[in-house]
Amino acid sequence: MSAPTSVLYDAPGPKAIRRSRLLSVVSVVVFVVLLGLALLRLYRQGQFEADLWSPLFWPGDEQFPAVWGRIGTGVYYTLLAAVLAIAFSLVIGTLITTSRLMLGRTSRLPLVLLIEILRGTPVIVLIFFSGKFLPAVGVDLSNLWYLVIGLVLYNCVVIAEILRAGVAALPRGQSEAGLAIGLTRSQTVLSIQLPQAFRLMLPALISQLVVIVKDTSLAYFVLTGPEELLRIARQLRNFFDNPVQIYLLVAIIFILVNTLLSRLAVFAERKLSESRAGAPDAEPDLAENADQIVDADSATHGSRGPARDTHEEDPAGHGPAR
Amino acid sequence: MDILVDNFDLFVAGFFRSLEIIAYTLVGCLVLGSLLAMMRVSPVPPLQRFASGYVGIVRNSPLTVMLFVTAFVLPELGFNAPFFWLGVLGLTLYTAGFVCEAVRSGINSVPPGQAEAARSVGLTFGQTLGEVVMPQALRSVVPPLGSVIIAMMKNSAVVGVFGVGGDLLSVGTRLTSAQGFAITWVLIGVWLGYLAITLPTGALLAAIERKVAIVR
Repeated sequence: MSAPTSVLYDAPGPKAIRRSRLLSVVSVVVFVVLLGLALLRLYRQGQFEADLWSPLFWPGDEQFPAVWGRIGTGVYYTLLAAVLAIAFSLVIGTLITTSRLMLGRTSRLPLVLLIEILRGTPVIVLIFFSGKFLPAVGVDLSNLWYLVIGLVLYNCVVIAEILRAGVAALPRGQSEAGLAIGLTRSQTVLSIQLPQAFRLMLPALISQLVVIVKDTSLAYFVLTGPEELLRIARQLRNFFDNPVQIYLLVAIIFILVNTLLSRLAVFAERKLSESRAGAPDAEPDLAENADQIVDADSATHGSRGPARDTHEEDPAGHGPAR
Repeated sequence: MDILVDNFDLFVAGFFRSLEIIAYTLVGCLVLGSLLAMMRVSPVPPLQRFASGYVGIVRNSPLTVMLFVTAFVLPELGFNAPFFWLGVLGLTLYTAGFVCEAVRSGINSVPPGQAEAARSVGLTFGQTLGEVVMPQALRSVVPPLGSVIIAMMKNSAVVGVFGVGGDLLSVGTRLTSAQGFAITWVLIGVWLGYLAITLPTGALLAAIERKVAIVR
C-alpha cells in the first residue's frame, strides 16, 4: 500500500545511493551467511537425507500417495472446521449485532457484558471448555463439533463487533431516511443498515476466515480430535521421525491457503472501493478504515476493536492517511 | 466450588506464570516489531523485502506452527534453551509480525506534510523518522497495538499448554484430567484468571488512548 517513493526520505543523491547500496550488500551478505550456517548445520545433522524428505515431496516414493492422502484429510478437516465456524459465527454474530442495535442503552448491558467476556477469553480456553463441559453435561458430539463450537463462541462476538463497526461507519442519513419513511427500528437495521455493513466489512470478514483457519490448529492441544492438519502432522512425525520436514510442509500449506484468502480480502476491498468511487456521496474514509480493521483484526485474533475506536471517535485519525 | 478453593494456590501460581510469559514477550515483541517496521519503511530494498516477507509468513501461519519451529527446529540448529524461553521466543517472533504491521499503519497515518517539513529543514531519514514521524505514529497506534497486545496475552495460553506448563490453562487442563468432574469450577477459575488479565489491560489501553490521541 505504500507509494514507490516514500515521503520519509528524498530521492537519493550519489552519497545516499552509495550508502544504500553498501547497506543492501551488507544485509544480503548477513542474511545469506546466516541461512548458509543454518543449512550447513542441518546438513551435518543429516537432515537432508533423502528418506526424510521423499515421502513428503517426492511423488515417486512408495509412501507418497498414502502420506498425501493423510495430509488431504488434515486439510479437509481444517477447512471444514473453519467454514462451519464462520457460517455459524456469521448467523449468530448478525443476531447479536441486530439485537444490540435495537435494544436500549440499559437493556443491552447484559449483551455487552457477554461480548466483552467472550472477547477477553483465549480461543483455546473456549475450545477446551466446549470439549470438556459439553460431554460432562451429556451433549455427546464428535470432536470436530467441539472445535467448531469453541471457535464459534469466540468468533461470533468478533464478527458482531466487525458488523457493528460497519453500521457505525455508515452515514447517519441512512438510518434517518429509513425511520423517516416509516420503517420501524428493526426494519431499518435489517433492510438498510446491515446489508450495507456486510458489504463494507466484506474484507474484514474474509480476513477473519484467515484467523479461524489458523485457530483450528489449537484443537491439537486440548481435544483428542478431529484429525486436522496439525494432528496429521504429529502422526506423520511419529512415523517418519522428521519434525523439521513435516512442520516445514505444514507451514507451507497454511501459508498458501491463508495467503490466498488474504488476497481475496484485498481483491474484495479493491472491488468495493472501485464501485464506491463512482457514487457521489461516498465517504472517502470508509475504504481506508475498513482496511485498518482488516489489518487490526487479522492481526489480533480480532480482539478489542480498533474498529470501534476508529469509527466512533475519530473516523479519520487512525486510517492510513494516504 | 471446593476444587477451586482447595487448589487456589495452584491457580494463583498459574496466574503469575502466565503473567511472566506475557511480560517477557511484551518487551521482546515491541522491540522486534518496531525494528521490523523501521526496516519496512527504510530506503534499503533488501531490508524492506526481508521485513515484508517475514510479516507475510507470520501473519498467515498459525502460532502453533511458529511454536513447533522454535521448539523442534531451533534445537536442531544448535540453539538450545530451556523450554520456557523457547516458548516465549516463539510467541515473541509471532507477535512481532503483528506489532510491525500496527506500527507501520501508524507511520502511514502521519500526514505527509509532517515528513516533508522535516525533510525540508534538512533532517536525515533517521532524524525524520525518530524525531518527527515516530512520536506521532506511536500515539495514533495505541488502539491497533493494544489489540495486538491483548491477543498476545490470550495467546500466552497456547504457549502454556504447548509445554511451558504451570500457567493458568495448563493448571486447568491438569486439574480436569485428574478430577474428572467438578470441571465447571476449574474452567470458571481459568476463565476468571484470563479476564483478570485482559479486561483491565483493555481499560488501561482505552485510557491511554484518550490521553494521547491526536485530534487532527
